[in-house]
Amino acid sequence: MNESSRTTLQKKRWLTDPKIVPYVFIAPFLIFFLVIYLYPFISTILMSFQKIDGPGSVEWIGTKNYEKMWNRNFKQALATTFRYAFWDVVVLTIVPLIFAVILNSSSVKFPAFFKSVFFIPALTSIIVVGIVFRLAFGTLATAPANRVLALFGQPPKDWLMFADTGNFVLVLLTLWRWMGVNIIYYISGLQAIPTDLYEAAKIDGANSVQQFFHISLPGIKPVLIYVITITVLGGFAMFTESVALWAQNNPGGVGRTIVGYMYLMGFYKNNMGMASAVGLVLLGLVLAVNLLQLIAMGFFRKED
Amino acid sequence: MKKLLAIFLAVAMLVSLGITAFADGEEPIHLTLWTFQELHTQLYKEMLDKWNANPDNPKLDIDMQVYPYEDMHNKLTIALQTGEGAPDIVDIEINMFANYLKGDIQLADLNDIVEPLEDHLVMSRFNNYAKDGKFYGIDHHIGACIVWYNTEILEEAGIDYHDIKTWDDYHEAGKVVLEKTGKPMCTWESKDCWSIYPLVNQHGGDWLTPDNEVRMDEQVVIDTLAFMKSMLDDGTAVACPGGNHHSEEYYGWMNGGNCASVSMPFWYLNRFTDYMPDLAGKMKVAPMPLWPDGGHKSAQMGGTGTAVVKTSPNVDIAKEWLAYATLSFEGSVNTWLILGFDPIMTDVYGSEEMKAPNKFFDYYEDDTIFDMLKTILDDIPDTCLTEYFPAAADIVRNQMAYDLVIGGGDPAEIAHNCAEELRDQIM
Repeated sequence: MNESSRTTLQKKRWLTDPKIVPYVFIAPFLIFFLVIYLYPFISTILMSFQKIDGPGSVEWIGTKNYEKMWNRNFKQALATTFRYAFWDVVVLTIVPLIFAVILNSSSVKFPAFFKSVFFIPALTSIIVVGIVFRLAFGTLATAPANRVLALFGQPPKDWLMFADTGNFVLVLLTLWRWMGVNIIYYISGLQAIPTDLYEAAKIDGANSVQQFFHISLPGIKPVLIYVITITVLGGFAMFTESVALWAQNNPGGVGRTIVGYMYLMGFYKNNMGMASAVGLVLLGLVLAVNLLQLIAMGFFRKED
Repeated sequence: MKKLLAIFLAVAMLVSLGITAFADGEEPIHLTLWTFQELHTQLYKEMLDKWNANPDNPKLDIDMQVYPYEDMHNKLTIALQTGEGAPDIVDIEINMFANYLKGDIQLADLNDIVEPLEDHLVMSRFNNYAKDGKFYGIDHHIGACIVWYNTEILEEAGIDYHDIKTWDDYHEAGKVVLEKTGKPMCTWESKDCWSIYPLVNQHGGDWLTPDNEVRMDEQVVIDTLAFMKSMLDDGTAVACPGGNHHSEEYYGWMNGGNCASVSMPFWYLNRFTDYMPDLAGKMKVAPMPLWPDGGHKSAQMGGTGTAVVKTSPNVDIAKEWLAYATLSFEGSVNTWLILGFDPIMTDVYGSEEMKAPNKFFDYYEDDTIFDMLKTILDDIPDTCLTEYFPAAADIVRNQMAYDLVIGGGDPAEIAHNCAEELRDQIM
């Protein structure tokens, strides 16, 4: 056996070695994870303790970024985010569920048509939607939303200038845009429930409300947990919707979320250190909220 | 056989390409230019053609890339921070400029092209883009603040705008306008800085000193805010529809003849021609009213500093072309004719070239605009743009304006809160 063929054989053995092969297969993901996730994550942690003035001018400033963070803007962004996330979760969990149950019942004609109608907004461009909503909820008495108010004899509102009405518009926009997606999740969950359960319930004399609470709801619990989890995440990470409605000029900061604040700090004020610190605080918050929610819903409880 | 033919054709094509390239003379120098303002490329293209038409100049080929405002500045921040992919020439918005003057500055200093022309330029426009005596950006305009009056409404109220000399006169005229026509005299922005900052600056105030001492709660700021509030209180001023003078709602509302006047920097001229066509012939421009207790004739607001990136391999030629495009007599005249801006070169004011007809003159039916401007050019204060100016501007836009116009708070308290917030951000 000559030299070269021995090395090929060794190579082959190395490649087929069951101890090594798995690592070869996961290598693409591993490299991707290390470069795209882990490296920036660690570097974010380091940057949150620095003052960065541009290339080659980095100064270690200890925990100063964290100490300076607790100001009016940050508190306001926090309040805005929590207010939005709360209503977002409440509305985006309940409303699509109601629609899904109705669409799933046999009494609805053309269910496929309605499913697509609800789903289409998810395909629209958020910037276009933002402009349409901004103009619909404009300041003038002639704006569409104010026309509707006038029908009920209400005075016109300056919708996007106040925290509560601004939040209402924001949640409405999100509901309009994402309801279809959640409806699809729910319907797929509902259709997995065997129909004989409903038939048995009917024979036992259960009405449709009882059927919903005792069969449908427990049946779609995994889907429900999933929907709530991604809605919580989406609610806290919301950024584009707010930018589309208010852009960089956020009157009184009424629509500025934590992510928006992070962006403002990092790119507008070129303070990457502070932005990194804000990002880490946001990460901690989202983790805590999600963990609480998962515990509350019994996600970690052992199945009996 | 076919193969032979193909080779022959390919060779023929290469040779002919080579010949045309040689016929063209030297290879042009390629430059990249980034801007967030599509309008500017009209001027650049015009000045590039003129440059290339002169056989003494080295041929230039400039790739002009237009990006949205935030995208471009983010891209630039990242490109300069990583040292990869930056353009040769870039337009940087005035509010963002200070961000690029931090630490090791990645922009080329332009003193060699600016200093020889010092006596012909409004130098306070260069201080906005300067650090330690070095100039890093060239502006396209002065941005002198003036007032636009809707003469139709004023005539209905029996007021001649020439009689309005001070802000008190302006307020009194506003009361008459409101009484006779039911329309407000002006609008204050609730989510932008173009109402508060010009007035404060003209009054003699600013947000920061060059050493980053906060001036936001000085008496002059409080007095200015109090004046604005007094107009809001009696209805002679109203909150701007849409929140600022750049919103679609405002354009439509103003175009409908619902407000007697607006005070904005000179570059707002093209918003009237482009977005408020129904007011053509009705709007007249005049200097800002003066403050009874001192201050200046106007204020310089907004702007774009065009800069050359230090790491570019063609710094010298980029500078030379930029000087030609923006600091020459020709470039300055075109700045007005094409862009509708007030040029930073004082030589052109009152020259015949500036009286050539263009769409702006047609709109105002008035070619004495520059004679009016000339009377205020001698008294425009500097603005102080330090590295914390972006933070100050953000506070004014999103907090001071909101608290004053929507919140209706006490001016002293607003000024104090905003100043504290800014102090808190300075490290």
